[in-house]
Amino acid sequence: MAKLIAKSPGAGLLPVRVGSLSLTEEAHDAITCVAPFQGQEKPVSAALKDAIGAALPGVGRVTGKAGARVAWLGLGQVLVLGPPVAPPGAAVTDQSDGWACLTLEGPGSRAVLARLTPLDLRENLFKRGHAARSLLGHMTCLFLRTGVERYEMLVFRSMAATAVHELTHAMQSVAAQRSGA
Amino acid sequence: MRLPCPICGERDVREFTYKGHAVALDRPAPNAGDAAWEDYVHLRENPAGETRELWYHGGGCGAWIVVRRNTVTHEVLGAELASEVAE
Repeated sequence: MAKLIAKSPGAGLLPVRVGSLSLTEEAHDAITCVAPFQGQEKPVSAALKDAIGAALPGVGRVTGKAGARVAWLGLGQVLVLGPPVAPPGAAVTDQSDGWACLTLEGPGSRAVLARLTPLDLRENLFKRGHAARSLLGHMTCLFLRTGVERYEMLVFRSMAATAVHELTHAMQSVAAQRSGA
Repeated sequence: MRLPCPICGERDVREFTYKGHAVALDRPAPNAGDAAWEDYVHLRENPAGETRELWYHGGGCGAWIVVRRNTVTHEVLGAELASEVAE
């Protein structure tokens, strides 16, 4: 029987380094979409807390820490980035192979994203531990702020090459502008 | 132009898709008769001034919202979740 070798969404595309900016791929054990049934938010939150130590986040927030995070994804939906979970009282879908997870890091990373998204990324509005759904170029994207100059972006896996292309282009522009070239 | 999504806050119009007048939320009963249904499906006001419209926040949280807007001044007066309006 043939042995199949799994390929990550960023295989052959990442990492990209431009000046002091880097774009890398984030590997998660699993990516699970959890949508609590009506009125089940509390028990689902408790079950998640038990399972991975992170409760259900409010709108636009992320709970937990690297390796076991829960990020708000939209109306009534969160993404669990970490071990696989299956809390009762929620619609649960394994989307591990559905997302490309990119990390943009380094001085000027906010200027890079400002070229691609209409999201207001100002310091006092999009803070560490915040999550937002918006557009990256023409793609829908989940933005997580995980550090002072560190952003994680989740785009649909089929869009990985386009996302890397757009981000690389913006990184080059920002780096060139900063070096005065 | 920015729209105030009740979930996400003020967001750029690029994230939204326009559906039409919020009359779509007032669906007549199945037996309301041809006149009511023709009105619902085909006939629309063309107001100069305040109007209510349905927008979809597809580039964001995924909510349908009802936006109150002035077509003369382009002023956006407010927005609420369509799910709450429809109840």
